[in-house]
Amino acid sequence: MTSDTDTLTAEDPITGEEIEIPADVEVGEIIDSPVTGTELEVISLDPVVLEEAPELEEDWGE
Amino acid sequence: MAVRVGVLYSRIRKDEKLLLGELRERGHEVAKIDVREERFGLESTTAPVDDLDLVVDRCLSTSRSLYAARFLDSYGVPVVNSPETGDVCADKAKNSLALAEADVPTPATEVAFTKEAALEAIESFGYPCVLKPVTGSWGRLMAKIDSRNAAEAILEHKETLGHYEHKVFYVQEFVDKPGRDVRVLAVDGEPVAAMTRSSDHWLTNAAKGGETAAFDLDERATELVEKASDAVGGGMLGVDLMEVGVEPEADAGETGVDGDGADDYTVHEVNHTVEFKALDAATDVDVPARVVDWLETKAAAAAGEGAEESTEATT
Repeated sequence: MTSDTDTLTAEDPITGEEIEIPADVEVGEIIDSPVTGTELEVISLDPVVLEEAPELEEDWGE
Repeated sequence: MAVRVGVLYSRIRKDEKLLLGELRERGHEVAKIDVREERFGLESTTAPVDDLDLVVDRCLSTSRSLYAARFLDSYGVPVVNSPETGDVCADKAKNSLALAEADVPTPATEVAFTKEAALEAIESFGYPCVLKPVTGSWGRLMAKIDSRNAAEAILEHKETLGHYEHKVFYVQEFVDKPGRDVRVLAVDGEPVAAMTRSSDHWLTNAAKGGETAAFDLDERATELVEKASDAVGGGMLGVDLMEVGVEPEADAGETGVDGDGADDYTVHEVNHTVEFKALDAATDVDVPARVVDWLETKAAAAAGEGAEESTEATT
């Protein structure tokens, strides 16, 4: 759901609270929860679904 | 001319977002391919790659990057970076060998397979020296070893970590750099942008919080970037250099520094899924735009080769 031109609202998967995220997010993008600081992954945009992002793995990097 | 570009990913970082934005702004058709959702068979894949002019590998996971690029390459899908380049860059030992074979100055390095042999290598370098995992990034699990006691403890810990790669001990001389190293983003050997990464800590990676500033490459650094790129097979690469012969106090302002003070450079690493958001922020260069310029060239070249092959097949 679009709350204004710059943000979307979504449910924080950890706390269940409604949070605002940038409107231009991409599926697969990682955002920080404004409530807990936890990394969340954007799973879908319509509707906006967030999940806790995968933990860093040993072979991640450049 | 609009091209069809696939972007392999498992996580959209700021880097991928910049890239996607630039591609779309230019009217290119973009297919985001989450490798976690795809399967790769010996002759085909579930990933929608058939109609693409080019695929850009932006996988955060090295193992996924290497396999996905190799499979796509086997289907004849043009992919950057090539699996050959990825194979060399993903492994620090192969990376060091490629640089040395191309006469690119690189820190002295030894690989050993037991902690006893590794300790001998460490003692032969003297203290401090550096122990790195052969795979990995962002400065993780890197150890600057200051004493024999520390060496013994770290080797024992590594041997018990479990994964066999931790039993490949990559030991390197410690280069007394001037509190910073240099990151260059290059496309097929041509520098796009360069920055220093400075820190009081011996690890200066931007991912470790190193401060960044634009850097003007001198002739020698430019030459080494091209040679290092060639050594690993070319592509879009992050070439990391350390300056030799620069005093720490001679460095760095916030407005940018140049390479005039260095006697020479040593190239310690070339990265194949290079992050560029820090470079884009630290320099005046529009890095995503330059990257997409290069991707357009690669896509056009790949399309030309494809057309040639199809003409040959019908004659």
